[in-house]
Amino acid sequence: MTSGMRSRTSRRTDEVEIRVVPNGPALVRGADAIRDEDGGSHPTTRPVVAVCLCGKSQRAPWCDGTHKVIPRG
Amino acid sequence: MVGRLGGSVTRLDPDAIDGLPDDVLRDDDFQLALWTLYELHYRGFDDLAEDPTDDPADDLEWTPDVLAFRRALEETFEAALRALVPAIDRSDRPFVDRLLEVIEGGEGPSLASYVQREATTEQVRELMAQRSVYHLKESDPHSWAIPRVDDGTKAALVELQYDEYGAGRADRVHATLFANLLDALDLDSSYGAHLDRAPGYALAENNMMSLFGLHRRLRGASMGHLAAFESTSSLPCRRYAQGIRRLGLPDAVAEYYDEHVEADAVHEQVAVRDVCGRLVAAAPELEDDVLFGAAAYVKVEEIVATSVLEAWSRGESCLRPEQIGAVA
Repeated sequence: MTSGMRSRTSRRTDEVEIRVVPNGPALVRGADAIRDEDGGSHPTTRPVVAVCLCGKSQRAPWCDGTHKVIPRG
Repeated sequence: MVGRLGGSVTRLDPDAIDGLPDDVLRDDDFQLALWTLYELHYRGFDDLAEDPTDDPADDLEWTPDVLAFRRALEETFEAALRALVPAIDRSDRPFVDRLLEVIEGGEGPSLASYVQREATTEQVRELMAQRSVYHLKESDPHSWAIPRVDDGTKAALVELQYDEYGAGRADRVHATLFANLLDALDLDSSYGAHLDRAPGYALAENNMMSLFGLHRRLRGASMGHLAAFESTSSLPCRRYAQGIRRLGLPDAVAEYYDEHVEADAVHEQVAVRDVCGRLVAAAPELEDDVLFGAAAYVKVEEIVATSVLEAWSRGESCLRPEQIGAVA
């Protein structure tokens, strides 16, 4: 099953919830934007987003399901 | 039955149904009758009412003989769906693992791969007209389950549906995005416009969702169906978008699928782990129903993909022939 992890951003007073799906993306609930490694900001209006963790998404930083076709090492 | 809706027949008698078709999942008339009865619970029928304040469909929605007739069709339909799915895995393996195995167990041909590589513009237009029967009321059938589940499941389900309904933005409602797609393909985007051209299997795909949604008893099947639907969407939608761009079709057509690549990558996780996971944690007796709903989705999709590709391989349309004269 999934394990829960919560973090508090410095910018907001409300909580953002992050949960890593086994062999899948990170589900981020309550965020207005995701900042990528290069500092680029990706806004979203969805209540929950799936952030790519496999590094192969063609719609990074968002998950596009590609992890499902990558052989698991 | 059409006469009952139009007022020329005053009572439907389920005992008068003689000889239901052998293969109800592919039968055009059976599925159109059921679709019509279900539609009384969605938008109804504009053309029944001369005066909108006195719409016969308002009364027919809860009229006993109409409901009894629907029930007779539903019993046959549900039996056919149960006969279609393989045996339920009742092992002690984690529920989510068993659910994912059902969802990933589809064996049919890939309609998305065909559209990606080979489909013509006309074939894409036919497929979109066929799908409009569902997509112009996209997500509505699963919303029936909202008041029928526990609070934890409800929170997850509404989060998913909220996104389907545009997250507060009317122009991002998925049914609206699909209407934009139809407009961009120069197809009629009005609700129900292509109903008469939709074959039985396409209506069955839609009716299954209404069957599961309108019966509280089948709420587990509805949520299992939702999980399977969302989990088999993201990668195929990318293929559809690629096929649509290959054909040089307008941006609004590809945009619908782009949105679903991203949205459904989220929704599948929420639907499997939060909606279905919480539902069976709160109500373990619904496990079988959730797995049945997921399996029924997978098997009916196999019928749909096979039927569409067979029609195309014969050089035919995947739509029913144009009717001569309107249905009364």
